[in-house]
Amino acid sequence: MLEIKNLHARIVEDGTEIIRGLNLTVKAGEVAAIMGPNGSGKSTLSYILAGREDYEVTEGDILYNGQSILEMDPAERATAGIFLAFQYPMEIPGVATMEFLKVAMNEQRKARGEEPLKVPEFLKRVKDAAASLNMDMNMLKRPLNVGFSGGEKKRAEILQMKLLEPKLCVLDETDSGLDIDALKIVADGVNALRSPERAIVVITHYQRLLEHIVPDSVHVLYKGQVIKSGDKSLALDLETNGYAGVIGQAA
Amino acid sequence: MNMHAQPQRTLAETALIDAFGERLSLLPGDGAVMVKRDDAIEAIKHGLPTRRVESWHYTDLRRLLTSVPAFEAGDIAKALDPVLDGSAVLPVLNGVSSAKAPEIEGVTVERLLEKLTDGSIAPGLDRYGADDAIGALNTAFVADGYFIDIADDAELEKPIELQNLQAGGQTHVRLLARVGAGAKAIIVERQTSEGGEAALVSSVSQLVVGDGAEVTWLIVQEQPDTATHLAQFKAHIGKDAKLTLFVMNAGGKLVRQEVVVRTTGEGADFKLRGINLLAGDTHTDTTMVLDHAVPHTASTEVIRNVVTGKARGVFQGRINVHQYAQKTNAKMACNTLLLSDEGEFSTKPELEIFADDVVCGHGATVTEIDHNHLFYLMARGIDEKAARGLLVKAFVAEVIEELDDEALVDALEARLDAWFSTHG
Repeated sequence: MLEIKNLHARIVEDGTEIIRGLNLTVKAGEVAAIMGPNGSGKSTLSYILAGREDYEVTEGDILYNGQSILEMDPAERATAGIFLAFQYPMEIPGVATMEFLKVAMNEQRKARGEEPLKVPEFLKRVKDAAASLNMDMNMLKRPLNVGFSGGEKKRAEILQMKLLEPKLCVLDETDSGLDIDALKIVADGVNALRSPERAIVVITHYQRLLEHIVPDSVHVLYKGQVIKSGDKSLALDLETNGYAGVIGQAA
Repeated sequence: MNMHAQPQRTLAETALIDAFGERLSLLPGDGAVMVKRDDAIEAIKHGLPTRRVESWHYTDLRRLLTSVPAFEAGDIAKALDPVLDGSAVLPVLNGVSSAKAPEIEGVTVERLLEKLTDGSIAPGLDRYGADDAIGALNTAFVADGYFIDIADDAELEKPIELQNLQAGGQTHVRLLARVGAGAKAIIVERQTSEGGEAALVSSVSQLVVGDGAEVTWLIVQEQPDTATHLAQFKAHIGKDAKLTLFVMNAGGKLVRQEVVVRTTGEGADFKLRGINLLAGDTHTDTTMVLDHAVPHTASTEVIRNVVTGKARGVFQGRINVHQYAQKTNAKMACNTLLLSDEGEFSTKPELEIFADDVVCGHGATVTEIDHNHLFYLMARGIDEKAARGLLVKAFVAEVIEELDDEALVDALEARLDAWFSTHG
C-alpha cells in the first residue's frame, strides 16, 4: 500500500536535509511501528506523507497504491485515504468542531462522488464514535481543539480518523501526553480500525504504546534512514538496550 | 470644522451647498431647527475635512467624496424582511418614515418629521465637535427618521429593526431612541440600498440608555459599492446600564461609521464589537470616541477586519478617561486579516487617561492566514479554497459568537455567509 523509495527531503526554508535515502514498505493490513531517537526524522516523515509544504522532496518517491503522491496537495492526499494524526493538533479558534467534522466528511465524500451525509446520519456517526472513545459531546461544541487538554486533543484526532475512515493511517506520537487510561482508550480506538484493507503506521518514541497496539513490523529510523527492521521483538529489544546498540551495528 | 481656508470648492462641496439652497423650502423645521441648519451649512461652506484634520487623517473626505448625487431616488416596493426573524420593522424608505408604523407594546414611536416640524429635537442637532462633518451634513439636510421611546422596565419581546433603505439619490436620516430605566431591548439599525444607483446617505443615531437598562444595538451596513455612507452613532449609558454595540460593515464605496459614546452613570458597561468585511476598491472607516466620564465604568472594544482586493480600512479608537473616572476598566483590540497585497488597513488606538487608578489597554495585529491552520484543515481533505474560506469566516465569527444569543448569532452568521458567497 505504501512504498517509500530512496526518499531524500529537506526543509524548504533553510535547506537542511532531514530524510536521507529512506526506504520503507507497508502492506495493506499491516501495522508498522517507526521508532527512533529524537531528531531522527520521524515527525518529518509523517508531515511529508501528509504533504506539508515546509518540506521538499529532492530525490526518490512515495507510492501509495502504486501511484506517486508527490504532486498531490494535502487535501488530495486526504481524500485519497491518507490520514495523519498530529502529534500537536492545531487549535483553530472560531471553527466549530462539529462544523469542521461535517465539512471534512462531506468534502471527502464529494471527492469520491458520494452524496453529502444527511444531518441525522452525521450526528449518529459522531455520537457513536465519540462514545467509543469516551468523549463528551459537549467538547465537540467548542471550537476545534481550543481549550482541549493534550489527551483530549489526541482523542479528537482518533475521532476524526474513525469518522473519515482512511486507508493509510499515520499516527505521530499519539501516545505523548496521554495517561494510562487515555492511552488504553486511544489504543482500543486504533485497534478497532485494524482491517485487511487498511495500513497503520505508528510513530513512537517508546515501547509503551506498542503494548497496546501490537505492530506487525518495527523499523528504526536514524538520521533520516531506516537502519533496522524487524518484528515486534525489535521494539522490546530497544526498550531494554536503548538505541545505541542498533545505531552501533548500523554504523 | 476645518480651520484651513480652502482655495477652491470641490464639485461635491459646491453640489451640497447648491442643494441646500434649493431644498431649503422643503426641509421641515421650526425657527430653532432652521438656525441649526444654517449653522451646519456654514460649516460645510468652510470645506469638508481633509487629511490635515487629525480625526479625518486616514479618510480625507474632501478628496474621497468626488461627487454627490441628486436627491431623486428610484422606486422601492416595500421594506425588506428583517435581519432578525419576528422583528417589528420601522422603515425609512427613500428618506421617508412610515405613517403606519407597527404598534409595539411598551414603545412609543414618533416620526422624526413631526419632531423637526415642532422643533422639539432642535437641541439634539448640535454637532459634537468642531470636526463633526457628518453631524453637519446631517443637520443641514435631515428630513425624517424616528424617535422611539421605550418605557421604563419594558422588556421587549421582539427586536425592533430601524430599516434605512433607499434606491439611490440622497437621504439624510436620524434615528433617536430613549430606553427607559430597567428596560431591555434589541435594536437593529439596518443600512442598505436597492438598485445599485449612486447614493449619498447620512444617518445619525442617538441613544440614551437609562439606568439599569440593557440594550443590544446592531448596525448592519450592507450598502452597494455605489453608495457613500456617512453614519454616526451617539450614546449615553446610565448607571448600571449595559450597551452592546455591534457594527457590521459589509459594503459601501466610501463609508465612515463614527461611534461616540459616553458613560454617564457608575457601573455603566459598554461593549463595541465590530466586523469590517472589505472588498473591491472601497474605503471604510470606523472611528470611535469613548468617554469614561464617571468612576467604576467598563468597556471593551474588539474589531475584526477582513481585507481583500484594493480595499482600504481604518479603525480609530479613542478612549478618554476623565480625571474623576477612577476604577475605569477599558480594553481595546483591533485585528486584521489581510488577504491581498493591494489592500490596506490603518489602526490608530488612542488612550487619554487623566485618572490614576484605572486599567486600560489596547492591541492591534495584522496577520495573514495561518498556514499551520490551513495545512491542518487540508490534511482532513478540505480543499484549499474551502479551507481558506473556513478560516476567514472563523476569524470574524469569533466576535459574533461572543454575543451569546443564538438567534442573533445565527442571523449575523447568515449575513456573513451572504457576504462570503459573493466575495469568497
